Amino acid sequence: MDNKVLAIEPQQILKIKNLVKYFGKREILKDISFDVFQGDVICIIGASGSGKSTMLRCINMLEIPTSGEIIHDERNVVEEQDKLTLYRTKVGMVFQQFNLFNNMSVLENCMVGLVKVLKQDKATARQTALHFLEKVGMAQYINAKPHQLSGGQKQRVAIARALAIQPQVLLMDEPTSALDTQMVGEVLAVMRELAKDGLTMLIVTHEIAFAREVASRIIYVEDGVIVEDDTPDVIFNHPQDARTKAFLSRVTNGLV
Amino acid sequence: MTSAMPVTFFGWVYFLLQQYGVLFVKGALVTLLLAVSGTIVGCIIGLFVGILQTIPINPKDGLVKRGCYQCIRAILAAYVELFRGTPMIVQAMVVYYGSMQVYNIDMSPLVAGFIVVSVNTGAYMAETVRGGIISIDVGQKEAAKAIGMNHFQIMSCVILPQALRNIMPQIGNNLIINIKDTSVLNVISVTELYFLSKSAAGAYYRYFEVFFITCAIYFIMTFAVSRFLLWIEKRMDGPDNYSLVTHDPLADPCGPFTPKKGEN
Repeated sequence: MDNKVLAIEPQQILKIKNLVKYFGKREILKDISFDVFQGDVICIIGASGSGKSTMLRCINMLEIPTSGEIIHDERNVVEEQDKLTLYRTKVGMVFQQFNLFNNMSVLENCMVGLVKVLKQDKATARQTALHFLEKVGMAQYINAKPHQLSGGQKQRVAIARALAIQPQVLLMDEPTSALDTQMVGEVLAVMRELAKDGLTMLIVTHEIAFAREVASRIIYVEDGVIVEDDTPDVIFNHPQDARTKAFLSRVTNGLV
Repeated sequence: MTSAMPVTFFGWVYFLLQQYGVLFVKGALVTLLLAVSGTIVGCIIGLFVGILQTIPINPKDGLVKRGCYQCIRAILAAYVELFRGTPMIVQAMVVYYGSMQVYNIDMSPLVAGFIVVSVNTGAYMAETVRGGIISIDVGQKEAAKAIGMNHFQIMSCVILPQALRNIMPQIGNNLIINIKDTSVLNVISVTELYFLSKSAAGAYYRYFEVFFITCAIYFIMTFAVSRFLLWIEKRMDGPDNYSLVTHDPLADPCGPFTPKKGEN
């Protein structure tokens, strides 16, 4: 049945269908559906507590969805949980709190996935890790431990770590929210580069200006539903839904 | 011998050291052997129990699998409670005489002592390891999951190295406690330091002098061990500084990365 879908949209990476997530009795996500295509840079915006992060965490199965489907490579990931580790190597994740492995150096952080999960030999893994550390401008710091780095540097290493396993899509959960303004710039610059390179990304962000500049699609989420899913031009200049308009006016007035 | 018996306290100490020096050394070695091997094996037991107790149970797993996990957890919890909740001196009696009476196993006191110390330490270490594991913030575990690592890999590469570092002071505590507490094994005639001291003291009825020496030997052992463990902790932490790589690491495939500790 998915063959038909794939025939029409050959570059589809993920298909999310009717995703629902409950925490206890609270319904956090209500019927989320959207597709991710090769090369998409999708920025997910919305107020705090609207379910953006939960949505991203469900896509990577860090939170198990209560119901719904995530179709990747013609498989429903929610059903076939025994292949989860393989799926996760295809879907990278960058966290708000960086979450680097504190017991490893910068280089080891980026190598461990390649060596342990993808079973590469160390020399190859080192080359790959160095390549991506170079890309985020952290190649000089390969011997440092995470606690010796600034927030912005940590996040750049975290991005390199996620990229090193060469995922098909990179999920970023508020990658700049834990940084002070000075460091936000360096991380956004890296993300801008990645977008230019054509990396498929799903970014939960509060950086509206960045979203407007880089995104190919904007998804506006409110109360666990996707209110609007369109190009930045439509969302920012001609929002269709009253809720989107209200949110954007609050943002421009500095209320969010 | 009787012609030149010492009269002063230190005279007696010196005399007893000459007479029983070898005995004290033997006793100290047995004590150290029991304490160190018991602590190491106890740590290994504790590690396994701690890891097994922190395996997440997925509600979507089958009933049998979940049942097995619950069963294992119950048994391990019972083990921990039982051995933490009874004195080691009593455990020694039960293991030594019980194995002889019930199972007809005539094990040497040393073996029985080793088992008791290991199992006892294991029960305490299980809780310490569990504490160490849950003290590592959940974010690192999630990050490891997100790059596709399985539970075993997350544990061995990310969580345990950090948890072990954090519980090093507690392992040191356990070793020191074991050096001292192996003295209770004298009830099953393990020839450790306290047992031999008692027999040495009995020979001349010089209890104070003999146990003064014993006291000093115990302190030297525990002090040396505690300093040694501090040194190990320092080594585990690695250097405070790191140097920037000044040349292009990509141009030099085997140059920039020095995995050896202390060189970066």
